[in-house]
Amino acid sequence: MSEQSPKERRIILKHTDDPAYSNRISSYLGVGGYENLKKAFGMKPEEVAEEVLKSGVRGRGGAGFPAGMKWKFLDRKSGKPIYLICNADESEPGTFKDRQIMYKDPHQLIEGMMIAAYAIGAKQAFIYIRAEFHEGARILNRAIDEAKAGGYCGENILGSEYSCDLVVHRGAGAYICGEETGLIESLEGKRPNPRIKPPYFPAVLGLYQCPTIVNNVETLCNVRHIVEMGGEEFSKIGKPNNTGTRIWCVSGQVMKPGYYEFECGALTLGQMIFDVCGGLRPGRTLKAVIPGGSSAKVLRADERFSGSLKDGTAFDWGLEDIPLDFDGPMAAGSMSGSGGIIVMDDTVDIVEAMANINAFYAHESCGQCTPCREGSLWMRKITQRMCSGGAREEDADLLLSVANQIEGRTICAFGEAAAWPTQSFVTKFKDDFIKKATDSQEERNPKSLQLI
Amino acid sequence: MISPSKDELVTITLNGVEVEVPNGINAVEAAALHGHEVPHYCYHPKLSVAGNCRMCLVEMGTPMRDRATGEAILEEDGRAKIGWVPKPVIGCATNVSEGMHLRTESDLVNECREGIMEFLLVNHPLDCPICDQAGECRLQEFATDYGRGYSRYVERKNVKPKRTRLGPRVTLDDERCILCSRCIRFSQEVAKDDVLGFVDRGSFSTLTCFPGKELSNNYSLNTVDICPVGALTSTDFRFKMRVWFLKETNSICSESSAGCNTTVSSREGIIQRITPRRNDLVNDTWMTDSGRELYKSVRAENRILRPSAGGKDLPLKDAISQVVDSLSGKRIAVVASCHSTVEEQVLTKRLIDSTNARTFLRGHFGEDDGILLSADRSPNLRGALVTGLIDQYPEDNLNSLNDALSRGEFDAVFVMNEDLVASGINEENLQNVTVVYLGTHSNSSSKHADVILPGLSVFEKGGSFINRSFIIQAFDKSVPGPAGLQSQVTVLAEIIKHLSEEDGTPSELDDIWGLVNNLEGSVLSSLLYSEVKKAVVQLDGSAWSHLNFVEQSALHYPPAMLAAK
Repeated sequence: MSEQSPKERRIILKHTDDPAYSNRISSYLGVGGYENLKKAFGMKPEEVAEEVLKSGVRGRGGAGFPAGMKWKFLDRKSGKPIYLICNADESEPGTFKDRQIMYKDPHQLIEGMMIAAYAIGAKQAFIYIRAEFHEGARILNRAIDEAKAGGYCGENILGSEYSCDLVVHRGAGAYICGEETGLIESLEGKRPNPRIKPPYFPAVLGLYQCPTIVNNVETLCNVRHIVEMGGEEFSKIGKPNNTGTRIWCVSGQVMKPGYYEFECGALTLGQMIFDVCGGLRPGRTLKAVIPGGSSAKVLRADERFSGSLKDGTAFDWGLEDIPLDFDGPMAAGSMSGSGGIIVMDDTVDIVEAMANINAFYAHESCGQCTPCREGSLWMRKITQRMCSGGAREEDADLLLSVANQIEGRTICAFGEAAAWPTQSFVTKFKDDFIKKATDSQEERNPKSLQLI
Repeated sequence: MISPSKDELVTITLNGVEVEVPNGINAVEAAALHGHEVPHYCYHPKLSVAGNCRMCLVEMGTPMRDRATGEAILEEDGRAKIGWVPKPVIGCATNVSEGMHLRTESDLVNECREGIMEFLLVNHPLDCPICDQAGECRLQEFATDYGRGYSRYVERKNVKPKRTRLGPRVTLDDERCILCSRCIRFSQEVAKDDVLGFVDRGSFSTLTCFPGKELSNNYSLNTVDICPVGALTSTDFRFKMRVWFLKETNSICSESSAGCNTTVSSREGIIQRITPRRNDLVNDTWMTDSGRELYKSVRAENRILRPSAGGKDLPLKDAISQVVDSLSGKRIAVVASCHSTVEEQVLTKRLIDSTNARTFLRGHFGEDDGILLSADRSPNLRGALVTGLIDQYPEDNLNSLNDALSRGEFDAVFVMNEDLVASGINEENLQNVTVVYLGTHSNSSSKHADVILPGLSVFEKGGSFINRSFIIQAFDKSVPGPAGLQSQVTVLAEIIKHLSEEDGTPSELDDIWGLVNNLEGSVLSSLLYSEVKKAVVQLDGSAWSHLNFVEQSALHYPPAMLAAK
């Protein structure tokens, strides 16, 4: 790592890679665990919620919505029970941060959740964990048992007469289970078809039609640290509107892929790739980067991004200058999403990368609403054909048109997730798509249908 | 769903024009009220909103308000500034409110519809030439409006099961299915028989029955009606007839006192199918499977096609004179029927009055399913009450007639429709009396009858029934009756004419209603037949509220006005 690059600042992952630190409660208590739960219980629930609002912490699941604001939308007047759900269905390709937390420091999540549950007044909390995380579910269950034995969870927490049960629910093995309302349907035991909004906003009509808060693992862990530092203090980490740290998951063709926790905006995408991750393999050049999980729009290495930020400052960035926070990738026309940075060098066949992503979304579309259901499979079929020697020059425009017919017209954000990669790949790498057609091995049947 | 009261009107701006619509109805309905069709597949007015087809995408905006003061933000010209939702919204889940702006016709909306249409068709088999739905298919209709006319899709289409037997009456073609989930919601919400669901995911999603279950409830064919495409087909109607050849007639189901509104579809005088017709006060858009089978009785083997006496066929005129001869001056028992129309009952009453006959009438009772098959398995028991044929609630038999016959109180029995032996009449008791049977199908009554007068089935005549909610509903003749036969009212009028010295017993429906209107104190007295034919008429049934009706609470029963009391 070169000197000009800032150092990692580990808050969430502070202890996780310490060889002496285990995922047992003894380790957690040894580093001051559950002290913040006691501190929170000394405050009124609304004070805790106020601290979270003041901290400005934004959701780490992908959309980046301020968590404190989300809690404010909660319908407290309905008289119905309030539920807290931890979304641990981490399944965005390129993302692997929540897994680290749950496997290595589950008590941090439990403490965060109990504080959050206390703040919103939930008596029942769930961790909806991705089906493939068998071991994670086992670890969490053991940790919950330990926490219950210690009085940090369950009945009469810390003698405060406040009770909140915590249950680990294994997911149903689908990407769509990570969509907030799909998750709720799945938790209710149904097919995880996302719900229409309006009227089914989880904060009003969520789990069992009761007010429900769904937060990401990393977000809930942050709650613990907000209580520790105070919202004011927490908001000083990172940048305004981009507070706290973020765990970035770097994968692809870099020398040192992995997860890195930095203050928001502390470093640029270039520093991340070339310093933190040790750069590309020898002799390779950078071709493209997906900054926030596979559904984020791809960024081309030689692109220039210019415009002005929300606060009015003008920017003119190359790919390497994009600051790693919430607003930076957003300003560059993409998003920081779930923090999964996928790096592609010049050996990558862009069309094949596209085909790979499309295959994922076609496989994972729940099939409920028309544009995503039919569009994602259509795009998969096109790119698959293109990679099998049947590419046509008109396919690039067709792909773009299909993607445009999906975006903004679906029940859930999966439509955008499926459309954005195609839109960005085709627009930014159109030459690669055309070249695929001209290089095609297969002779074009002159009688085949012409596209208009 | 949370929806505000629908009583009050609100003003919305629909495609730039200010219009009034009931508060809280959705954008699809609001637009329809003012002549703008918003195409849709998954939305059905009588089912919950799923919002999955995305065909009803429209543009929506609401007046902007200042966050701090809550005051409306105005444009420079003083009009309210509209905050348009950046993405199109689904009309079916958008409830109108005061000041809302909707665009159901715009470039963006058309573009959305074209996009959805293309998506719906890419994996659709496009087998309209062999599809039963062709001609009444929403997919076809909107493809005409919003289709490209050519396909950009050169990939292989998905392959799915082509002829799945979902139940005894429903066959499924999964390739045609557009996964709108109407049938699933119907099974859950209306039929209360949750047997349908999707398996697999994405574009490979497939409609199927849950393992070990089948779609066999008595409402299964409604799934065929609400299927917007040709996926769910009626096994009975499948491949039988092109729908554009069908002549459609409004009718009323005679299966039970629910009185479902139906459409009878026929071609060249032969009924091909019966489907429900929407009536929000009676049957919504549903009817029973068993009610749809009734048309089969029209051409049943035991249908009486010719008048006869003593086993010999004879012209209707001669048969009627024979009836008149055998009834004249006799002690007559008339077995009236709650399967008869109101008009027939009026004339039956007249026959009884003019011959000093005694009236007998039996009810037909069964299990109540709590939806549209009521415990009273006759369409017009309320009619018998209203026309004054009976004043007590009938038994499910004719035991009192049997006793009277045993005592030799009658010389002749005039039977409308009923099966005497099955109603508890001892066969020996029929040996010594003259039996006249006026009915459509042969049974024990016709076996013992001295004279048989054939009648027309409910599909072959007009008339009206009064249903369990005391709603009087008229129906039209759907198909012509068998050659040479006359309707029951004509036959009755003829008999009355000859039997009594009274003149002017009418045989035309309008004229019979003229008769009804003269009845003093009748709940029908101020009604005209033309009114009954035009609209739903709720009669005042309070005079009979002391009777112990067998119907249990069900869909729209008791009616909202009574239930509120």
